[in-house]
Amino acid sequence: MIAYFGRRYTISASHRLHTDELSAEENRATYGKCNNPHGHGHNYAVEVVVAGEVDPETGMVINLATLDEIVHALVIERFDHSNLNLDPLFANRVPTTENLTRQLYSLLKDALPAGKLERVRVEETENNFFECNA
Amino acid sequence: MIFLTRRATFSASHYYWNPAWTEEKNMQVFGRCANRNGHGHNYTLEVTLAGEPDPITGFVVDLKWLKSVIEREVLDAWDHRHLNLEVPEFAATIPTTENIAIAAWKRLEPSVIEAGGARLSRVRIYETPEIFAEFRGEA
Repeated sequence: MIAYFGRRYTISASHRLHTDELSAEENRATYGKCNNPHGHGHNYAVEVVVAGEVDPETGMVINLATLDEIVHALVIERFDHSNLNLDPLFANRVPTTENLTRQLYSLLKDALPAGKLERVRVEETENNFFECNA
Repeated sequence: MIFLTRRATFSASHYYWNPAWTEEKNMQVFGRCANRNGHGHNYTLEVTLAGEPDPITGFVVDLKWLKSVIEREVLDAWDHRHLNLEVPEFAATIPTTENIAIAAWKRLEPSVIEAGGARLSRVRIYETPEIFAEFRGEA
């Protein structure tokens, strides 16, 4: 039987929404406060959901310790207490939470066994969140 | 289609142990969860039904009814119990969060089917605010 296992993590990081494709005025008009020159930060909640058969020996879809290890190595250590704009992934990509969510999905999909990753959800604040499932 | 969710909480103890394995392997795979004296959680159960609102009442289902089904089928059997020792479905099945989600589905589905109308769409169990498992009835 297919079940889903989800785990929430938090990362604190700063970012600035800005693109060189737009003029200074257009950046301000598009991104508002998020375009302030020195950036700002969030406590992001990252929810990772994996899907799969429940292993009859362990009763698990995935061992929590295995998932923690992967997420810590690829996400927490890389992005926690960092400036997202300075990460190579965002060298040519605005670090909106949409883009962050998609990049996290891609990093984790490659590290987890095939077909396991169901969804990544990133909550930027209590009132907005983004999900990626492909 | 409207999805309606009712949340309930229960507190229970459990441990993870596969009797076919050595103690060493159990400790290696399950870590502290294999402590034979058990440990406990405040679980949160979310039950989601899917259906169309009734044209007269505007309800997908009556939430009072759903609350009573959750209490009767799940909470009365699991709340303040040791899942491994007192709950029949975990006598030979490890009460992981995944298996608890599947077991809750099996307990709830007959009442939902019997009532007609809305169907059971999802059962989600939070073991802690950071850890959850879901079952959607998929084979």
